[in-house]
Amino acid sequence: MQQLFNFFIKNKTFVLFLLLFSIAVSLTIQSNEFHRSKLLNSSNHIIASIYGVSSGVSQYFSLVEENQLLLEENSRLKSEGFNQKRNSPIDSILEQTYSLSSALVYKNSYTQPTNYLTLNKGLRDSVKEDYGVITSKGIVGVIDKVSTKYSRVLSILNTNSKINVKLKKTKHFGTLTWDTKAADIVQLKDIQDLVKLEIGDSVITSGFSSIFPANIPVGVVHSYRLNDTKDLYIIDVKLFNDMTNLEHVYIIKNRDINELEALNESDE
Amino acid sequence: MNNIIFLNIMRFFGLLLLQVLICNNINFMGYINPHVYLLFILLYPTSNNRLTFIFSSFLLGLIIDVFLDSGGTHAAASVLIAYIRPLFLKFSFGAAYEYQTIKFSNTDFSQRFIYFLFLIIIHHFILFSLVVFNKNEMLLIIKQTLYSSIFSLIICLLFNSLFSKKQT
Repeated sequence: MQQLFNFFIKNKTFVLFLLLFSIAVSLTIQSNEFHRSKLLNSSNHIIASIYGVSSGVSQYFSLVEENQLLLEENSRLKSEGFNQKRNSPIDSILEQTYSLSSALVYKNSYTQPTNYLTLNKGLRDSVKEDYGVITSKGIVGVIDKVSTKYSRVLSILNTNSKINVKLKKTKHFGTLTWDTKAADIVQLKDIQDLVKLEIGDSVITSGFSSIFPANIPVGVVHSYRLNDTKDLYIIDVKLFNDMTNLEHVYIIKNRDINELEALNESDE
Repeated sequence: MNNIIFLNIMRFFGLLLLQVLICNNINFMGYINPHVYLLFILLYPTSNNRLTFIFSSFLLGLIIDVFLDSGGTHAAASVLIAYIRPLFLKFSFGAAYEYQTIKFSNTDFSQRFIYFLFLIIIHHFILFSLVVFNKNEMLLIIKQTLYSSIFSLIICLLFNSLFSKKQT
């Protein structure tokens, strides 16, 4: 016993190094496999508020473009409204399944294999895990961590992200993943080789999951090839969204999420 | 003595904020970012308590990880180079280090260059191996290590010579 203590005291630097190094490596492995670390992420209060200050400054540099985007979206929505015959009752808002709320992006990254965004809305604004995040152009990701005032989004540019999408023309659906190569190209997998593909076909969300409603635009087919076993396509999809300069996003809240989840759980 | 401790605490927080708020948004050529916070580990006084040094390096890496949502990758790489630093001090500065008398501002540029180069390359290699975390992507790891190291090295040397008080 005495010798053991002596050994530790003699090599205390090495022991400390080994301890800290293994903590760090296990944190890395954990973040690659599950999303379990509750405290150590950027939706943490202190961290997110520092990002908030910095985004408060940098916001001013893109006011013009952001305004332009909002105007475009407004005019699109207005024209939709004018061209639609009003046949739904005025209290139809009570029957809506999805409701949107806006949020600001405090932090965004797109160079790592696992990218996350930090938003300025949290539990206080009734944001919960597994809510979808979109912009006026396309999808961004899914909320995976929430604190009181902030939340973290698992970006579609993340190797852990799997989102169900379909081809607009043929209605065939597959999984959207990312191979970390480029920030504007994601991969659509699990599409049968029987499907007729054309470059430029639109890809939209399938609406099978409780996270995103159907028919949200994602991107267009950029190129495609067969996988190693020659029976499924790997399709490169060029995103409508520019993931590198996100600022204003919408959080989609599904009112039926509890009901849907209860159904899915009873399956398992 | 208190002055040195104060300087290092300031450097800790200054470099931390510089790294996460500015340097991680550079994305030169798409993905290359300099890791300026290494200067804290590189320039930490040589006559130190090694336990405090290793622990503060770990802490710096960990806080950066929390900011960037990158698990424990920066922490692992930082703690490793903090641990092996004496080896490279001896290698680059030779006899001066043996007597514990070196001050980084008084050393030769070439010696400092070698010292920075080795530690930065090791740090980046560990960092990107853990970030990519896939042994089939060795080429990608080496490519990223190489490009980012060059960028980090230039920025670190630049900062070092900008803020060093040289007695002339």
